[in-house]
Amino acid sequence: MTKADGIGASVKRREDFRFLTGRGTYTDDIDRPGQTHAHILRSPFAHARVKSIDVAAATAAPGVVAVFTGADMAADGVKGLPCGWLIHNKDGSPMNEPAHPPIVIDKVLHVGDQIAVVIAESRAQARDAAELIEVDYEEMPAVVDAVAAQAPNAPQVHGDAPGNLCYDWHLGDQAATDAAFARAAHVTKLDLVNNRLVANAMEPRAAIGEFDRATDEYTLITTSQNPHVIRLLMGAFVLGIPEHKLRVVAPDVGGGFGSKIYHYAEEAIVTWAARKVGRPVKWTADRSESFLSDAQGRDHSTHAELALNQDGTFLGLRVSTVANLGAYLSTFATSIPTYLYATLLAGQYTTPAIYCEVKAVFTNTVPVDAYRGAGRPEACYLIERLVDNAARELGIDRVELRRRNMVPASAMPYQTPVALQYDSGDFHRNLDLALPMIDYDGFPARRAEAAQRGKLRGIGFSTYIEACGIAPSNVAGALGARAGLYESAEVRFHPTGSVTLFTGSHSHGQGHETTFAQLVADRFGIPVDSVEIVHGDTSKVPFGMGTYGSRSLAVGGSAIARAMDKVETKAKKIAAHMLEASEADIEVKDGSFTVAGTDKSLTIGEIALSAYVPHKFPLEELEPGLDEQAFYDPKNFTFPNGCQVCEIEIDPETGVSEIVKFVCADDFGRVVNPMIVEGQVHGGLVQGIGQALMENCVYDARSGQLVTGTYNDYCMPRADDLPFFAVKYHEEALCTHNPLGVKGCGEAGTIGAAAAVMNAVVDALSALGVHHLEMPATPQAVWQAIRAARPSQAA
Amino acid sequence: MSVSVTLTVNGRSVTRSVEPRTLLVQMLREHLGLTGTHVGCDTSQCGACVVHLDGRSVKACTVFAVQADGASVTTIEGLAAADGTLHPMQAAFREHHALQCGFCTPGMVMSAIDLVKTNPAPTERDVRVGLEGNLCRCTGYHNIVKAVLAGAEAMRPPVVPAAE
Repeated sequence: MTKADGIGASVKRREDFRFLTGRGTYTDDIDRPGQTHAHILRSPFAHARVKSIDVAAATAAPGVVAVFTGADMAADGVKGLPCGWLIHNKDGSPMNEPAHPPIVIDKVLHVGDQIAVVIAESRAQARDAAELIEVDYEEMPAVVDAVAAQAPNAPQVHGDAPGNLCYDWHLGDQAATDAAFARAAHVTKLDLVNNRLVANAMEPRAAIGEFDRATDEYTLITTSQNPHVIRLLMGAFVLGIPEHKLRVVAPDVGGGFGSKIYHYAEEAIVTWAARKVGRPVKWTADRSESFLSDAQGRDHSTHAELALNQDGTFLGLRVSTVANLGAYLSTFATSIPTYLYATLLAGQYTTPAIYCEVKAVFTNTVPVDAYRGAGRPEACYLIERLVDNAARELGIDRVELRRRNMVPASAMPYQTPVALQYDSGDFHRNLDLALPMIDYDGFPARRAEAAQRGKLRGIGFSTYIEACGIAPSNVAGALGARAGLYESAEVRFHPTGSVTLFTGSHSHGQGHETTFAQLVADRFGIPVDSVEIVHGDTSKVPFGMGTYGSRSLAVGGSAIARAMDKVETKAKKIAAHMLEASEADIEVKDGSFTVAGTDKSLTIGEIALSAYVPHKFPLEELEPGLDEQAFYDPKNFTFPNGCQVCEIEIDPETGVSEIVKFVCADDFGRVVNPMIVEGQVHGGLVQGIGQALMENCVYDARSGQLVTGTYNDYCMPRADDLPFFAVKYHEEALCTHNPLGVKGCGEAGTIGAAAAVMNAVVDALSALGVHHLEMPATPQAVWQAIRAARPSQAA
Repeated sequence: MSVSVTLTVNGRSVTRSVEPRTLLVQMLREHLGLTGTHVGCDTSQCGACVVHLDGRSVKACTVFAVQADGASVTTIEGLAAADGTLHPMQAAFREHHALQCGFCTPGMVMSAIDLVKTNPAPTERDVRVGLEGNLCRCTGYHNIVKAVLAGAEAMRPPVVPAAE
């Protein structure tokens, strides 16, 4: 039975009160005494040599404290921003890793690249003065498209990356895959683009740097998903600050979706400048600046082929992808189109042979890195689009074709041909749940009814799987990760029985202050309100890896479970001593420690008091106190999976698509707070729907200008674009290798949704002979596809 | 050059000397320390900065402080009762999990209250269209729409039988 505050209860969020009353503390809400304001001058050109920078007029402008250029930082020994994942080429050689200075020295490589920083008494004065900086640019031809960047005469982004190539990588058994294609009865082929997106967390990035001359200590307050990682990267690699002299705080953070994982130039600039000017330095991005400086997502061009038997059995999958990395390597950019993408190409299916090659390419665009899902939506999209087209080509029902090829629950654990081993999952069960939710059997009638109204109705499936809770550190290390991927936790009981829980995970909307407290409440039978969650401050929390890849509960929660194990073990010893019983006779249930077969019992609160007031305490065996720490390194990825179904109606006169119904049936393993999990699914779905129907990050091919640089141009999903969603989950295939049985839910919605929507759009248009449409399927794109298709129909 | 601007903010009269180019949202955040009103964009699209100006919702990034001189402003900080009791719309947002990161929330709540004032019994469609000027990247709007429908219900005065 679910306890009121325990695992499985939809406890209302404890963080809501401060957010609902305007008492949240986001970085830009913080002002430090004596604070100055930074404005960063950014390049108006996509590719140009910087011949000279004259800052004299700006330096003399009213309120200006200092103006710094890249040369000033370099002269002071500041290094470039590091990349956190080394990928090796097919031939075993390491990838090209060009320099990434926080402020450029002599060349700008994308519109928005940092040219100089002005520090002034007010934000307006800093901005005014930046207008006075005179930069002599020699504009050079730019390239923004990754395929175009590979052409022989393409502009070269970096001198030390010939052909604009970062790496040419592959995964899988090429010979076995080619053999599978050689004996296939049918091959389905598809060229597709996974469009570039902008994460657009509603809080723009911000950072405040501070330096205390008395102690030689730096503090950086920043909009980050992982403050310890920022401390390590910035301290050790960029600024050369010892970690014990650098504190990084990530206070309330207004959404991340990946874009706040990375170590950004502005963090290094304000921290370095704070020492230079002897005062705190604050920087907050305008939204226009966010569009030009936050790492962007996706941007793949792919050719994919699926080999099948006549009965629809998948025999092989062959994939060739060109991934656009932008102008510089963002922190984890290189891992996204490789280990978070190609490793997922088996999907939910038993495809025995898979081969994938990926060329990652530099262009004169904003760097690309993980955005919600990160590699896995790209994998899911191409698999699920191929499966739908194969079903149509072979005349097999798309649900039936999926069922024929799904890994059965009985085959778990299942080793894929692309490195991963799925530990658990019941994919048929997801479909069984989803089909009645969408009333699949009733679809033909609904389609016919829509046709009578002149509307084109389509239905689209997406049966997705993802690899989350990244990852066993030794495995990640063997694949090129330059960091560990564990998580930390400390469970500190206070003498009066309340708890402070320190976690290396970071909440920027996920509700950790509630979910993590539920774990403690469930284990020790104390109310959630007796548990305080502390996160996001390197001076308080043990070294943690932060929040991304749907890892907070699977890895961070597991660390909490391990720390609670240690607390319980010690509490049991204390209880045995206090109750004068053998430790073996102590039974533990819901925070009560009872001598078996008696009514002699102590609560965890009584034990905590004894641990801190150790008058009757086994001091010869145990230290006083009840405060335990754990680091949890996962044994494997977790594999959330599910089935999403989208039903769409298209008005052929306008090309407008309306999602009439969207359902999903998911397996996230054990669910701690169903209300929060469903909220994560809703938000995730809309980011996938946004990619499919409206969002698109566009650069002008000639000038390299970002065409979609504001919310007037980049189409964000709004309330009136969307329906209510129907969300179900089951807990019948728990994760087998972590202590909570959890898999993670943060990215699932996004990973599946774009495929479900596009399969529905193509299904609606298939009667017209349309078999593929690139994302986003805007009304204009759909309308044009219909116009282009109709003449051939009429002929 | 500075100009003097007097506002009644959350029931309290305040006067500050500001540059003429100061936006209302900057005056609230930077001069009055009311950081509950947020800035999420620079093109009046996102709605994170919505406050009530003389009782109507406005995007405070699109109003100069001098334009608001003499006006009454209600921000998210002014909604709950002194004892901490939440406004029915705030309570509905918590009850229906209509917020995740919380950044869009103040503007969303302020817009929702104005929406319900103008349309006390909105349909789902009314709410969706009415919130078209407020962006949320976390919730997919599902729970926000539910919360606003519930908040509207809670804000509706009880039907009193006509006295005869």
